[in-house]
Amino acid sequence: MPENLKADSLRSVVRWDTAVGALLIVLLLCSFSFVDNFGNALNVSFLIGNTLPIALIALPMTMLVVSGEVDLSVGSTAGLSGAVMGALWNEGMAIETIIPVCLVLGLVCGLVNGLLVTRLGLPSLAVTIGTMAAYRGIAQIVLGSDSVTDFPSSYLDFGAGHIGDTFVPYAFLPFLVLLGIAVVVLHATRVGRSLFAIGASEEAARFSGVRVKRLKLSMFVTTGLLAALTGVFWALHYASARYDNATGLELSVIAAVLLGGIDFDGGKGTLGGAIAGVFLLGTLQNVMSLLNVSAQSQIVVTGVLLVISVLAPRVGRRIAQARARRKTAAAPPPVPAAP
Amino acid sequence: MSATARTRRLSTALAVTTALVLGATACSGTTKDDANKEDAKSAAAGKADPNAATKKGLTVAFLPKQVNNPYFTTSDNGGKKALAELGSTYKEVGTSSGTDTSGQVSYVNTLTQQQVDGIAVSAQDPGALCTALKQAMKNGVSVVTYDSDTKADCRNVFVSQASAEDLGRTQVQQIARQIGGKGEIAILSAAQTATNQNTWIDYMKDELKKPAYKDIKLVTTAYGDDDAQKSFQQTQGLLQEHPKLKGIISPTTVGIKAAAQYLSGSKYKGKVKLTGLGTPNDMRAYVKNGTVEAFELWDPAKLGALAAHTAVALESGQISGKEGETFKAGDLGEFTVGKDGVVSLGKPTVFDKKNIDQFTF
Repeated sequence: MPENLKADSLRSVVRWDTAVGALLIVLLLCSFSFVDNFGNALNVSFLIGNTLPIALIALPMTMLVVSGEVDLSVGSTAGLSGAVMGALWNEGMAIETIIPVCLVLGLVCGLVNGLLVTRLGLPSLAVTIGTMAAYRGIAQIVLGSDSVTDFPSSYLDFGAGHIGDTFVPYAFLPFLVLLGIAVVVLHATRVGRSLFAIGASEEAARFSGVRVKRLKLSMFVTTGLLAALTGVFWALHYASARYDNATGLELSVIAAVLLGGIDFDGGKGTLGGAIAGVFLLGTLQNVMSLLNVSAQSQIVVTGVLLVISVLAPRVGRRIAQARARRKTAAAPPPVPAAP
Repeated sequence: MSATARTRRLSTALAVTTALVLGATACSGTTKDDANKEDAKSAAAGKADPNAATKKGLTVAFLPKQVNNPYFTTSDNGGKKALAELGSTYKEVGTSSGTDTSGQVSYVNTLTQQQVDGIAVSAQDPGALCTALKQAMKNGVSVVTYDSDTKADCRNVFVSQASAEDLGRTQVQQIARQIGGKGEIAILSAAQTATNQNTWIDYMKDELKKPAYKDIKLVTTAYGDDDAQKSFQQTQGLLQEHPKLKGIISPTTVGIKAAAQYLSGSKYKGKVKLTGLGTPNDMRAYVKNGTVEAFELWDPAKLGALAAHTAVALESGQISGKEGETFKAGDLGEFTVGKDGVVSLGKPTVFDKKNIDQFTF
């Protein structure tokens, strides 16, 4: 019976992933054929460039959610990283030094989240709501309401430009490398299997020898690091380091990850699905902008999609369970136990 | 035991990283100074033919700092009207927050994509839009900034609401007329560091040196930090410290409103004159109840209209953004492109009891 249920839910996850991927392809094909100005290289590079910050954070976020945790402070960490970048740049420090400093800072932010969750046993939702506010506050103290825009043009070109006349933004290549690493780690290593095990049942994972706390801590640290990297990329892509950069980014990431079929209860999902979800939302947003849909309506569409994506797999599972129960009821009753 | 070992390993890793970072600081890299040198190149511009025919059927998009802000709504509607008269299409897009720079960048990118002919943008930040706007120009879009400029090489023309010099000098002329040419005056500014305010104040001081104002004495400059409560208290303080004060100039919309609020409830109402820069909606009540005689600001509708005319003139090849080029802007008259590609709307509009009801912003 447990075997049966596992196979069932596994199949429903696969189906949801595939559905999202297929939907993305359908949307792309429709947009290429019916939406003016969608298909040219410049627009596709804009689309990818605007979606990259979400995609970058979606990598570690998927792993966190798979292991049953979440980090809501990623947008603030990115903002803090951008603010520090701007402040140090104003101080006259070299950009080649500032970027590693920002990354280390992200690492520390992640470490704080991770320690609070693993050492004090606090729920990650509560911890990261707190640090979300705290990191944003520090960012505002560091940079105030200033905005720093005069970064060296070679770096700005890297952040915003694309390779020659192709649609490929420069920053897409490092992302592909990171994506490759993340896919291998989550789906082909012991670490990945342990993350799924923790998400399915933390207790069971611990008893089978998984070092739950250490693994979770390292996931939080990785998330902080990538959030800081996103903050650096954000500041260069939009040529603007401000304390309120990337506000609300965490919600876009979580929306995309959920849309990609990652179960919020942990233990289920694939990175492919998450990235398909990210680009599905990104493409939708791009198409809606090209069609002059107002920003407010865009938010409504995203919200409705999110509710559907959380609801649909659950409803599917309910139906599957009900069908299984009916099947058991129809089967001959088991031998009654001895009195 | 293993926990301590792990902590030790972690701190070693952190220490090594920090050392590496500090090491990198010692090496030279790209710093702010290098980047400034790098930016010294200037924008190129094509040839302009002042007699070229005005093109019709163009699409010009307005991208204000913030949509649904009454000031920008008035301004953009001015642009809309001008474009209708020119036989072109108007559209407006923008963010609902006035500080969402990344949102503004996205909108510029989308407009480039939609292949509009011109973009009139009020920049939230002088540098953040540069990459996107340069890309737009590279794709054949004419870029006009209005109300708030970017760096000069990131747009074709900046349509300025009024020159700083005009704004500074006319405010002194206003107060001098209202107090009858003699007495003590004070300035209520925003923050002590506000660049635009300080430029205006410098022109005010220069204007006051003229012999016509020899009986007027500027006693002090107070700072209300564009905070209503603080500006209110500063007004109170000014009047207590300088009992012979005849007039106040407040070149900030927040300051002038707070000062008017204080004066209208005090015994100084109508006796101490107040002028400066304000919006008709803010000041209407105080003009009607006699606290304020006249104040000024540029007319945002004309500003929007001029931005629209400028975009069409650029797109028609009548101007290219070089100093000295001239073009006609319908009812607004003829304009000349000034230094750094700046077109100035001209003298500010004065609002008083007679005309204030014609303006809603």
